[in-house]
Amino acid sequence: MAEAVDYQVLGTRPVRPDGVDKVTGRAQFGADQNLPNMLHGKILRSPHAHARIKRVDLSKALAMDGVCAAVTGADFPTVASGVSIGEAGGDVMDIAHNVMARDKALYHGHAVAAVAATSLEIAEQALDAIDVEYEVLPPVLDVLQAMAPAAPLLDENCFTKNLPEKPDKPSNVASVMALSRGDVEAGFEQADLVVEGEYRIPMAHQGYIEPHACTATVNEEGKATVWCCTQGQFDFRTAIAKILDWKVGDMKVVPSEIGGGFGGKTVVYLEPVAVLLSQRAGRPVKMVMSREEVFRATGPTSGTVCRVKVGAKQNGRITAAKAWLAYESGAFPGAPVGPGAMSIFAPYDLENFLVEGHEVRVNKPKVAAYRAPGAPQSMHAMEVALDDLARQLNMDPLDLRMVNAADEGTQAPYGPKFPAIGFKACIEAAKKHPNYTAPLLEGAGRGVAAGFWFNVGMQSSAEVRLNEDGTVIVMEGNPDIGGSRASMSLMAAETLGVPYEQVKTYVGDTESTGFCNLTGGSRTTFATGMAVVRACEDIIAQCRSRAAATWGVDEEQVEWRDGQAVPAPGVNADVNPLSLADLAAGAPRTGGPILGRASLNAQGAGASFSVNFTDLKVDQETGAVEVLSFTAVQDAGKAIHPAYVEGQMQGGAAQGLGWALNEEYIYDADGVMENAGFLDYRVPVASDLPMIDTEIVEVRNPSHPYGVRGVGETPIVAPLAATANAVRDAIGIRINDLPLSPPRILAALGGE
Amino acid sequence: MSKIHVQTTINGEQVDFLCPPQQSLLEALRETLGMLGTKEGCGTGDCGACSIILNGRLVCSCLMLAAEAQGQEMTTIEGIADADGLHVLQEKFLEHAALQCGICTPGFIVAAKALLDRDPNPDERTIRYWLAGNLCRCTGYDKIVRAVQDAAQQLAYEA
Amino acid sequence: MATVVFPDHLLGCTNGQRQVELLVDNYRELLLALEKQWPGIGEALAKSAVAIDGQIYQDAFLEPVNADSEIFFMARIEGG
Repeated sequence: MAEAVDYQVLGTRPVRPDGVDKVTGRAQFGADQNLPNMLHGKILRSPHAHARIKRVDLSKALAMDGVCAAVTGADFPTVASGVSIGEAGGDVMDIAHNVMARDKALYHGHAVAAVAATSLEIAEQALDAIDVEYEVLPPVLDVLQAMAPAAPLLDENCFTKNLPEKPDKPSNVASVMALSRGDVEAGFEQADLVVEGEYRIPMAHQGYIEPHACTATVNEEGKATVWCCTQGQFDFRTAIAKILDWKVGDMKVVPSEIGGGFGGKTVVYLEPVAVLLSQRAGRPVKMVMSREEVFRATGPTSGTVCRVKVGAKQNGRITAAKAWLAYESGAFPGAPVGPGAMSIFAPYDLENFLVEGHEVRVNKPKVAAYRAPGAPQSMHAMEVALDDLARQLNMDPLDLRMVNAADEGTQAPYGPKFPAIGFKACIEAAKKHPNYTAPLLEGAGRGVAAGFWFNVGMQSSAEVRLNEDGTVIVMEGNPDIGGSRASMSLMAAETLGVPYEQVKTYVGDTESTGFCNLTGGSRTTFATGMAVVRACEDIIAQCRSRAAATWGVDEEQVEWRDGQAVPAPGVNADVNPLSLADLAAGAPRTGGPILGRASLNAQGAGASFSVNFTDLKVDQETGAVEVLSFTAVQDAGKAIHPAYVEGQMQGGAAQGLGWALNEEYIYDADGVMENAGFLDYRVPVASDLPMIDTEIVEVRNPSHPYGVRGVGETPIVAPLAATANAVRDAIGIRINDLPLSPPRILAALGGE
Repeated sequence: MSKIHVQTTINGEQVDFLCPPQQSLLEALRETLGMLGTKEGCGTGDCGACSIILNGRLVCSCLMLAAEAQGQEMTTIEGIADADGLHVLQEKFLEHAALQCGICTPGFIVAAKALLDRDPNPDERTIRYWLAGNLCRCTGYDKIVRAVQDAAQQLAYEA
Repeated sequence: MATVVFPDHLLGCTNGQRQVELLVDNYRELLLALEKQWPGIGEALAKSAVAIDGQIYQDAFLEPVNADSEIFFMARIEGG
């Protein structure tokens, strides 16, 4: 499905603009900002998973030498519920109460107080001097337990949303939702066979290597500057301002380089606290989380229970599908059950289906977005059920998916009809892939699964500046989390018709560039890329007008070709083409500096589908899984910088494999996470993995000038089920729950 | 508490600094000496972001006391490139797009340098096991391993 | 007449009615018409995304609605 269009620079693999600084240690990340006279802030965290906070006494801490400020929830303004901030952040009141507990601590590690002191050591000693009186309450740790009518309540004011009748009793179920079409029971009656199962996946963490960090300073005028690692400086500015009841215009947020986010750096934790401490102390305050704090108090994704039932005819055609989803939202509402429900059947053309979703509060950290939030868990259930179905039908699992695959014009389960999509192209590419046609090694298993993500557009701005020598600066506002500066430069160079090296892209702070929603939802290359292209078109229009002025002709008589203004065909003008350098040099005479800009709310983000398959071996004695090969096929629309598209696919595969095989939050009965470190929360290391083979499919997205679809999120969706299905194939036993860690596999083998 | 005077060699230069007895070498590098290229990802020796080469051995600087640097010789990420330009490993990391967010990159480059210093021709398995102490959450390691393989070949060709 | 379809979780706002046909020129008029028919639904719709003829909008307002348009309200999509 390669495109016929010839591009000059799109699809090449140049070195990223920020590359040299990142391989030499020069790049400044969140914890790398230091200011003169700076204090160090630390947070006191609840030792209980569920407790009423009766009293917090800061007096001993404040009396210590070197302690300059201390705050509790009572020092924060009251924030009303109802305003939603960030992309996946949720209600501002919930975020405020997650940043600093008010009357109740809702999970082990919930922030209860904070101090700022002249050294980190003194700050840590001061935490020990804070006296907190708790009334310990029984914790609710499991999603099904939390749904039970007699479960202890996290919040007496939480009434289930979206029920047909307004409930009269509070509940831990924050909301319910449903999607349906056709007559699902009639569909099951038509089926020749039915498969069903219940699948459980515990909480897992994004696992970015850089802990949250920020430095804040408030000046005597009441203006704040915050340096932090964030996926979105503008959304952080809004969040901090709303939580502290400040004016947005008094707050400047400077994004550092970001050491991974995967959705976890879309929400504020430390930043409002650092601003408040700085305001109280009259000095800059730096706060950096420990790895343990990252695990205990920042965004894992939901632990889930998903039940799926699928009915099909002998030819593989699905007649009905039903799903029941329960997602833990952690201490506050905000579980991604909506997208989980909308994505579970998205790859398939179904006449009859019903999905019911529940988001449930438990005494664990408030969940945050994690790469394709909600989809990996629900789609794991469906893709495992389909694997069982393919076995019973004795059908190739790719053929089963092809028989049911959604295509252009198929009505998606979440409503609209799909425009051009690449799911069938991915299945075909997978089927032909040499890794799929190759025979399986003795004793190994192979598993297949499909993946999907909607992708989003949202608001972006870009400014393109022509320097005096004709070089070009692109300014935009999306923190570069995986090479996006390179793709912006490529799109700008392509549009302007100049070499990649002539363009340099910068990520601005909230005062140096126009508003951009955060880097997330696989939106940056799509939406901000669209803004960059439009801003370059603005430059071209101005350049044509400047050339017309230079030559004394009409603007319509000037064309832009190969990076130069040239007379339009048929125009009789004896002039030399004008390059960007010529036009920049002439700019003082033709109207001053040349500056292009664009701002938009990008619509039409095309969905990205994938097919993954993996070969693996299971050690019968230890239960350990050895991944022999992993192949990811995905529709990118158009790969602007193929190496970074492959990188997204490979990184998503590795994260998905980790989730499938090892990663989980392990809690004791009191709600204390027992594995809050990288030694025990085991993310994949280099020796766990093989090379990850990728194949980029390109089915153009008609809404983007170069056909781009976001690629960042889809890669994590399919690996969960592909791995589970390969383990099933290898050991002959279906294990419904994840992770497929050695103890779980050994237990299954022992049970034979 | 009185501070300890430490004399050490960092990237070929003699360096003196004072440190409290409990301070980690990582903290001394970052906070006292302002060498911010060495990163902290965990503080417990699990992620390798703080990797440095100490007397030819790869170590996690978060697990060492600053005072232990007395009389030692160390290489940090700041000492990998020289006035002539980037080290081959750095060039290959860029060429292969072996970094996405880049926070783990200094640690990986230091670790890979330590490997190639002792084994100029490692096979894939050796590279993967050697780098198993360095966590990367973005790349799935594929392009990192390829960059190290390519750098080894280039160095062999140049030698 | 444009066809408007509601997901299950909005049926509480529409007295269980899943589908409605309306003659409007743009999304703004559509919201006004729906609010008139079911007072209070606007608040729920403001928190929804909408697909107009297959194109998903997180923030529709100015988009035109044709006589044969298909409009689906849906939950907003987040992202990591």
